[in-house]
Amino acid sequence: MSDVILQLEHITKSFDGKMILDDFNLEIGRNEFVTLLGPSGCGKSTILRIIGGFVRPDKGRVLFEGHDITMLPPEKRNVNTVFQKYSLFPHMSVADNIAFGLKLKKKSSSYIRDKIAYALRLVNLEGYDDRDPLSLSGGQQQRVAIARAIVNEPKVLLLDEPLGALDLKLRHEMQRELIKIKKEVGITFLYVTHDQEEALMMSDRIIVMNKGIIQQAGDSKSIYDEPQNAFVADFIGESNIIDGIMVKDLLVNIQGVDFPCVDTGFGENNPVDVVIRPEDLEIVPQGQGYLTGQVISVIFKGAYYEIKVKVDNYEWMIQSVDPAPVGGFVGLTIDPDNIQIMHKPVRDDEEVARDE
Amino acid sequence: MNENEVRTNKRPFLSGPYFIWIIAFTVLPLIVIFRYALFDGNGHFTLSNIAAIFSSSINRKALWFSLEIALGCTAFCILLSYPLVMALKHLGLSKRGFSLFIIILPMWMNFILRILAWQMILSNNGILNLLLTTLGFEPVRIANTPTAIMIGSVYDYLPYMILPIYTSIMEINEDLIEAAKDLGANSFTVFCKIILPLSLPGLLSGIVMVFVPSMTSFVISDILGGGKLQLIGNIIEQEFMISNNWHVGSGLSVALMILVLLSMAFTRKRTADGKESLVW
Repeated sequence: MSDVILQLEHITKSFDGKMILDDFNLEIGRNEFVTLLGPSGCGKSTILRIIGGFVRPDKGRVLFEGHDITMLPPEKRNVNTVFQKYSLFPHMSVADNIAFGLKLKKKSSSYIRDKIAYALRLVNLEGYDDRDPLSLSGGQQQRVAIARAIVNEPKVLLLDEPLGALDLKLRHEMQRELIKIKKEVGITFLYVTHDQEEALMMSDRIIVMNKGIIQQAGDSKSIYDEPQNAFVADFIGESNIIDGIMVKDLLVNIQGVDFPCVDTGFGENNPVDVVIRPEDLEIVPQGQGYLTGQVISVIFKGAYYEIKVKVDNYEWMIQSVDPAPVGGFVGLTIDPDNIQIMHKPVRDDEEVARDE
Repeated sequence: MNENEVRTNKRPFLSGPYFIWIIAFTVLPLIVIFRYALFDGNGHFTLSNIAAIFSSSINRKALWFSLEIALGCTAFCILLSYPLVMALKHLGLSKRGFSLFIIILPMWMNFILRILAWQMILSNNGILNLLLTTLGFEPVRIANTPTAIMIGSVYDYLPYMILPIYTSIMEINEDLIEAAKDLGANSFTVFCKIILPLSLPGLLSGIVMVFVPSMTSFVISDILGGGKLQLIGNIIEQEFMISNNWHVGSGLSVALMILVLLSMAFTRKRTADGKESLVW
């Protein structure tokens, strides 16, 4: 993080009186793969559009390599965007689409020819030069859009949910390819998505956002393993989020039972949110484990069973490779390491998103 | 696809009224016109009625003048339409609708009335010269000149150019314009490389809708040309109404139709390889 390429300082933006971004700050390092992750309407795309120059912030500055570019029009910025809807020029061939930016920069025709060939090879579309972009599949169109942006050698590539319109299998394929492309061209990627799996898989650093506010920033593992509030825990992967009382350091009371845990510093007898990932819960015979409950449903999900166990009024979700008998009573146990304690939300953006 | 075909063919009688309309008001009149054009008064086959468009110097002059007016009018309409549509595009949605309404409004007034109004404005003692002399300028003599006919034609046909161009430009996805800017295009380049080429279908239908009627009109030149400046439409009108020579009149009409079809051939070719369907 010593070599910062892009800085957003105190960015504030509202549309029609609705606050989208409120004092948003972000630093992005050179060659970093940063993902803005959040539900739709959380302001992540607005950040991209502010960096691209399509939206002017109400307050705050955008610094690019230390220079203030807040007022610069999009055509004068050394960033390029890959749009969600590809946005290929329908009246130009694939090659002309890719050459668009280079021709405007008055590059020589031999340079442009080489660049087109290089870019098409990079995105696995060799020989597609003369094709009509609208005759290509969605995945191919997005590859062209990526090639069209990359040939300009931007210092930062902005990707606005570039895989959102693709089907699941193609999306996974393109994710791997994007990582490969990123390695090869060695530029900074700022990626926007609402797909947490995509974010976890590709990013060096994830910025989880809700309601225009950063909820948590960190690498994939820390975001997944140590969510800092209920929103992050709920948004990243599936979670059991339940009320608990921190009895004292290293001991939390859930549903009237004391669980040993590894968290400290939450005070004594303080209400907290407890997050337990479904794959961390273990089903044991009745009478063993911390909790006892009745199995109310078992769904086969391919790699695992999704089992719901009702303990008092709470339905625990458990992922297990072994099924359990529906209606039977079982015990639940958990490793202290896998209990994640969080403060109760103080603002509404930290709460679990209700309608997503 | 097959299913659709079956379904669309299920109620062919629905197209009946249009079919009757086309036969009665397009096909039959055309047959009559061709019948008059291709035969002389004695019922003998001849091409001289059609060739008449080139054979007399008056006709040649009128044809050439028509072409000048039509080309000029089309060119002016294009030059006026694009800046206007681009201005409309950048207006807010509500203002845009109102502005478009204002532009279309004159089309709801009688065509002859509009031209008569221009006669009042442009005549030597008209409103324009009154304005000019009040402001201390020399009066201008526009009435009964090609300029007057051109002004009247442009005024009359401008909406027919604006509307298709407006439609095609509004259909351009804003994402494409942003993508072009993102790749380094300024507003002028965006217009030349994105907006203009993508509005071509609208431009072409605009050209068809302006060029053809301005080429064949005779009312505008009658009223604003003072009867001295003759377009080919005036010649045809006179053959029918004054000379009572329906054969030559029809021949000239057919010749004009062929010329218009030829001049429009390029728009048709465009349709063949483009995806947009034009007026025809």
